[in-house]
Amino acid sequence: MEESQVVNKDSSKWEPRIIAFLCNWCSYAGADLAGIGRLQYPPNVRIIRVPCSGRINPYFVFKSLQQGVDGVLVSGCHPGDCHYISGNLVARRRFAVLKRILEFAGVEKGRVQFTWISAAEGERFSQVIKEVTEEVGALGPNKRFVKEN
Amino acid sequence: MQECEKELRKVAEKLLAEKKVDLIIGYEEGSLPIRTRPVFIQETGETSRLVWNSRCESNLCSYLKTIKGRVGIVAKGCDIRSIVGLVKEKQIKREDVFIIAVPCAGIIDRKKIEDILDGRELLEGVENDSQILLKGEGFEEKVDKDKLVHASCKSCGHRNPVLYDTLIGKEISQPEIGECSDLEEFASKPGDERWAYLNSEAAECIRCYACRNVCPACYCPQCFVDQSLPTWFGRTPHPSDSLIFHMIRTLHTAGRCVDCGACSRVCPMNIELRMLNKKAEKDVKELYHYEAGINLEELPPMATFKMDDPQEFIK
Repeated sequence: MEESQVVNKDSSKWEPRIIAFLCNWCSYAGADLAGIGRLQYPPNVRIIRVPCSGRINPYFVFKSLQQGVDGVLVSGCHPGDCHYISGNLVARRRFAVLKRILEFAGVEKGRVQFTWISAAEGERFSQVIKEVTEEVGALGPNKRFVKEN
Repeated sequence: MQECEKELRKVAEKLLAEKKVDLIIGYEEGSLPIRTRPVFIQETGETSRLVWNSRCESNLCSYLKTIKGRVGIVAKGCDIRSIVGLVKEKQIKREDVFIIAVPCAGIIDRKKIEDILDGRELLEGVENDSQILLKGEGFEEKVDKDKLVHASCKSCGHRNPVLYDTLIGKEISQPEIGECSDLEEFASKPGDERWAYLNSEAAECIRCYACRNVCPACYCPQCFVDQSLPTWFGRTPHPSDSLIFHMIRTLHTAGRCVDCGACSRVCPMNIELRMLNKKAEKDVKELYHYEAGINLEELPPMATFKMDDPQEFIK
């Protein structure tokens, strides 16, 4: 929280806020590895740990956007590596339709992103966060689903 | 059409007399002109109430989920696809349903008739094979049925039943159905425009959930929007909440929706969000080569997976 205050302190400089849903067994461990390895990545990302990418209800993505995050990243184990055998494979079908319908409704490409990161890919995790932050930063603040007061 | 009706009544009478079914669900003339309503017949001798015409709009399958016993149901092409879906998802047993199939060339969209009437009161409507005669005080108008066909029926590729126990009448010709042109046109618009359109439609929504209640594919004992521990879905009629509701419903029915059009027919606000369902239907077909309600064997696409499913969208 302290961090987010630092990010938003200077209101003239907008910084994207990104929410990342990481599966417990691969991607979260990958993020952990990036931390242990002292790898740098942008502080714009807020991580939420979920048991499996199959746990991710499409509503998490909608709600995040509605609450005003600028980007959503969903990450799970590589196909074949799922701790629950097939959670990520079932989720993949759901995500494919979700992504298409979001873009169809006019949510910018790149606003919601999906990736596979294993527990051994700390380096890749920091790289992905860098890329996502850059892409979302280029899109500007999220206006979709946000309730205007 | 008259013959169809006669045959339908005969079949229904026989089914009840032979005790093959406990109940027949069908259509009867409604109390308002040009409207039909669902009818539930348990006794022989009452089957003369049954009608069949292009105003039999309801998808009666929604009743199957709550009725116990063996039921005979009068079903159109789309209704039968709904039944196939329900059987596949183990909501009903195939042997409990006796499908009385009627080939259907399209249902009349009564909202289009309301547009033609433009506030005038309709006192009588007479239908023949190609036209419908609208009568009221001081006016009489003949309208071609082709002009009144419901949007879902225009893009229907299954006028003839995919599965049935008995067929009423003969199979009819099935025109070639291409890509949904409305959908392509809409998809080619800029994102902002698409967003603005969907938002303006969602802004009309009063969250009555009629679309969900009538949907044959919506049968969760507790719908996601009704969850209250915690109440985590926005339940206000704010366009953002409403659009999310409709989009999640689209995702829930992706690969299951048969585009029967029941949701758009019951909408009291005439919201036009069929586009979302058509889009999901198209995506599922493209990605997983699956069409809802065609056969009893294939698993619903969202209930299964393949190792080599497309994943070009994943980084």
